[in-house]
Amino acid sequence: MAQDSCNNTINNNFDDLHKPLNLQQAIAESGRCLYCYDAPCIQACPTSIDIPTFIHQIRSENTIGAANTILTQNIMGGTCARVCPTEVLCEEACVLNTSIDQPIEIGLLQRHAVDHLMKNSKQHPFERAKNTGKSVAVVGAGPAGLACAHRASMLGHDVTVYEAKEKSGGLNEYGLAAYKMVDDFAQNETDFIMDLGGIKVIHNQRLGDNLNLENLQNNYDAIFIGVGLSSTWSLDLDNEDTEGVLDAVDFIESIRQTKDKSQVEVGNDVIVIGAGNTAIDAAVQAKRLGAENVTLVYRRGEEQMSATSWEVNLARTNGVSIKLWSAPKCIIADEHVAQMEFVKTKTKEGKLVETNFTYTLEADMVLKAIGQKLELDDLNGIDVERGKIVVDENYQSSIEGVFAGGDAIDCGEDLTVQAVEDGKQAAHAINSFLGGDS
Amino acid sequence: MDIRSKPSLKCNVAGIESINPFWLASAPPTDKYINVVRAFEAGWGGVVWKTLGEDPAVVNVSSRYGVHKNRGNIVGINNIELISDRPLQTNLDEIIRVRKEWPDRVIIGSMMAVIEERAWKELAVKIAETGVQGIELNLGCPHGMCERGMGSAIGQVPEMVEKVTRWVKEVVDIPVFTKLTPNITNILWSAEAAQKGGCDAVALINTVNSITSVDLDLMAPTPTVGDQGTHGGYCGAAVKPIALNMVAEITRNHDTKDLNISAIGGIETWKDAAEFIALGAVGLQVCTAAMLYGFRIVDDMIAGLTGWMEEKGYQTIEDFRGKAVGNTVDWNNLDMNFDTKALIDQDSCIECGRCHIACEDTSHQAITFDVADNGKRIFTVIDDECVGCNLCQIVCPVPECIDMVPVDNGLEYMNWTNNPLNPMNN
Ligand SMILES: Cc1cc2nc3c(=O)[nH]c(=O)nc-3n(C[C@H](O)[C@H](O)[C@H](O)COP(=O)(O)OP(=O)(O)OC[C@H]3O[C@@H](n4cnc5c(N)ncnc54)[C@H](O)[C@@H]3O)c2cc1C
Ligand SMILES: Cc1cc2nc3c(=O)[nH]c(=O)nc-3n(C[C@H](O)[C@H](O)[C@H](O)COP(=O)(O)O)c2cc1C
Ligand code: SF4
Repeated sequence: MAQDSCNNTINNNFDDLHKPLNLQQAIAESGRCLYCYDAPCIQACPTSIDIPTFIHQIRSENTIGAANTILTQNIMGGTCARVCPTEVLCEEACVLNTSIDQPIEIGLLQRHAVDHLMKNSKQHPFERAKNTGKSVAVVGAGPAGLACAHRASMLGHDVTVYEAKEKSGGLNEYGLAAYKMVDDFAQNETDFIMDLGGIKVIHNQRLGDNLNLENLQNNYDAIFIGVGLSSTWSLDLDNEDTEGVLDAVDFIESIRQTKDKSQVEVGNDVIVIGAGNTAIDAAVQAKRLGAENVTLVYRRGEEQMSATSWEVNLARTNGVSIKLWSAPKCIIADEHVAQMEFVKTKTKEGKLVETNFTYTLEADMVLKAIGQKLELDDLNGIDVERGKIVVDENYQSSIEGVFAGGDAIDCGEDLTVQAVEDGKQAAHAINSFLGGDS
Repeated sequence: MDIRSKPSLKCNVAGIESINPFWLASAPPTDKYINVVRAFEAGWGGVVWKTLGEDPAVVNVSSRYGVHKNRGNIVGINNIELISDRPLQTNLDEIIRVRKEWPDRVIIGSMMAVIEERAWKELAVKIAETGVQGIELNLGCPHGMCERGMGSAIGQVPEMVEKVTRWVKEVVDIPVFTKLTPNITNILWSAEAAQKGGCDAVALINTVNSITSVDLDLMAPTPTVGDQGTHGGYCGAAVKPIALNMVAEITRNHDTKDLNISAIGGIETWKDAAEFIALGAVGLQVCTAAMLYGFRIVDDMIAGLTGWMEEKGYQTIEDFRGKAVGNTVDWNNLDMNFDTKALIDQDSCIECGRCHIACEDTSHQAITFDVADNGKRIFTVIDDECVGCNLCQIVCPVPECIDMVPVDNGLEYMNWTNNPLNPMNN
């Protein structure tokens, strides 16, 4: 009995982080929108959603119309509404973001509209153009790949998506924090996207393994690579492969893939190394799984953290303690990790240097979140520079007819919304490449 | 030492003393003993009892009010209710009781009857016998009662307005208020008719004929009764501008300027009240605001009006009553050489662009839109293009960000009557 209620508490910890707005709240919030002209929020959205228009549509109780406005620009408007760091995107640009007022809750309003459409509309909102007779292969069923597939299919091409994993969605399914993507939203959204028709997904197909570029080139008129960053950086420390030392992304994946969260293994003294999205998500979720002490350690200061201040606050309010200016020195372990030693750092003439001060922290779990990178072996000779696939302004890689987007290329931030924009734009570029109007 | 005493809200409406000018208009809030007592407890100076008719009492339908909202806020409501649906004697008994219990408050009896001398006279006498301080003639209902030849059916015909007023004046010796309908072409015709009939005051406005919305599923106007609806009387904040104008029409007209006016229509706050008084009203009546928020709103009406009068140095309501009448003129008397320009305060501008798009699309292309190197969106008025229409100031969401600044163009006062372009001057 006591165990049951404890398990319930853990599962409740993974409920919606931001509760959705009900109709009354949505109408009230949309009423605050000033309906700006040439609104700054539109420019701040990587997919250029016409935000004042969709909010106006919510206000006029044309909620389906609002959803269509959103989805026309961003077919993953549902996921983006849940996971976009709006505090540094649209909501940062909101003109009400002044000392006298709060920005409009654009993310929550967007979710309200898209959820309404996905729940209530029987028909997919878009139609395919006349079939062009051309075929497109998409590698990777993450946001970049699916957005590209959806738009390419809308433009009349037949699309086949090859995905290494068992399920579609990429990090929407395996990486985003569980409390942002409740009720299997990633799969629901994938199904919604597939409803357009003209898209076939084949799972367990890995480029560089059971799939190669040449074959794809022979069988398709164009190719889009949206493989994301499937490898991670290591700390280069001894004992890194002992039990209890994990990649944060693997830890998060196990949370996402376990329905009953109380069954996910978590340590009591958890150290998270890193300062980005992934580090914050790993730390907060570890805490919500019941870890007693979660310490996030970063070698520089708070200003240099790539996580937004909103996310850093989220970690703090969830009881994560944050240690700055500390670099990992060694992992102390028998069979299992036991402690970690850190050296204090500082900047000297603009460079990060170690000091003589060291300290150790107890640890029965260490989560590494110091960055993801391209799996170069998969790429079959496509040019890569500074760890990203090189593309021209039309998203075309060094190989003609092979396009790329999402985290795999160097374009804006590594965010879901940017991946969607890349996929959408690449589809238009592919369409031109195949002789259509862009 | 401050020798000034606190301003007094005491007033005299057509010979009736009232502790303050705030009365409740004839409507559901003044429908029966309990409502009226609660209103007096809350501080209202008087009530006009819900309109009484001859027995048998009318029967009301179920589903009675419609609403007109904008951005979630109520702009106005309408109703399809008739007059009091309780037996006449029940109402009369309750009036006698409240008059006794609340001697310092005003009760006006409102009445309506078919266009028959006997009917008006008999009913007026019965009501006067309860001890009410005055009688109000409801010539305004634009729905239901008018289909039976009452309400606005009478109020829309000046001869009948005069006749009915005279009938009642002939049989009672207390002040008679003639309540006018706004559903007419010219309010002066009704006001003058009431005056000719001998009224002691006019009360205006009654509700405006309206359909607030259409239920697009039922395909029927709201409020729906079953699967049908009808037009009803519109009231609340939305009708205030209509009422203000009608009051001003009467107070600035030579023949009617001395008529006592009990002003009604969209009064929600002390400011609304002050505006009606500034245009010459001697008393005020409130209905919708009380229905939407309860009787407690009178607290702020009293405190707000008193505070404002104190600030302005007005000791009594008479000190500022009618002060805006002289400045309310015909268009022909406006200074055509007066010039005012919009000025945008760049520091308080939040860069929403509403002024720009309003002026660009629908006015005079007088506000430029530039983006500075640092990304700041800059909106600037081109003085030569600005005609001073106020639209940008109206749409600006930031209080006091856009100021309309009069400019000295060196030109003398000139109105249409002395303008050389006026064909009458050739
Ligand atoms: C833990 C974590 C939390 C995050 N939180 C947020 C957040 O809150 N908000 C936000 O905006 N962004 C967040 N991000 C970033 C966001 O998830 C990514 O920017 C986005 O998913 C990139 O999309 P993508 O399609 O390029 O890549 P992915 O989502 O990584 O999808 C790539 C797909 O390709 C498949 N694949 C990989 N290699 C191959 C191959 N060789 N052959 C075939 N298929 C292959 C993968 O299995 C995967 O399905 C987070 C990232 C992480 C890691
Ligand atoms: C500033 C202004 C000027 C108008 N001028 C005219 C006019 O010259 N002729 C006319 O028939 N209606 C005129 N109208 C009335 C409008 O055509 C319309 O009937 C009225 O504004 C009601 O519609 P709305 O409130 O939905 O805008 C004018 C309205 C406004 C606001
Ligand atoms: S006052 Fe009217 S004309 Fe002048 S800038 Fe504003 S909107 Fe344009």
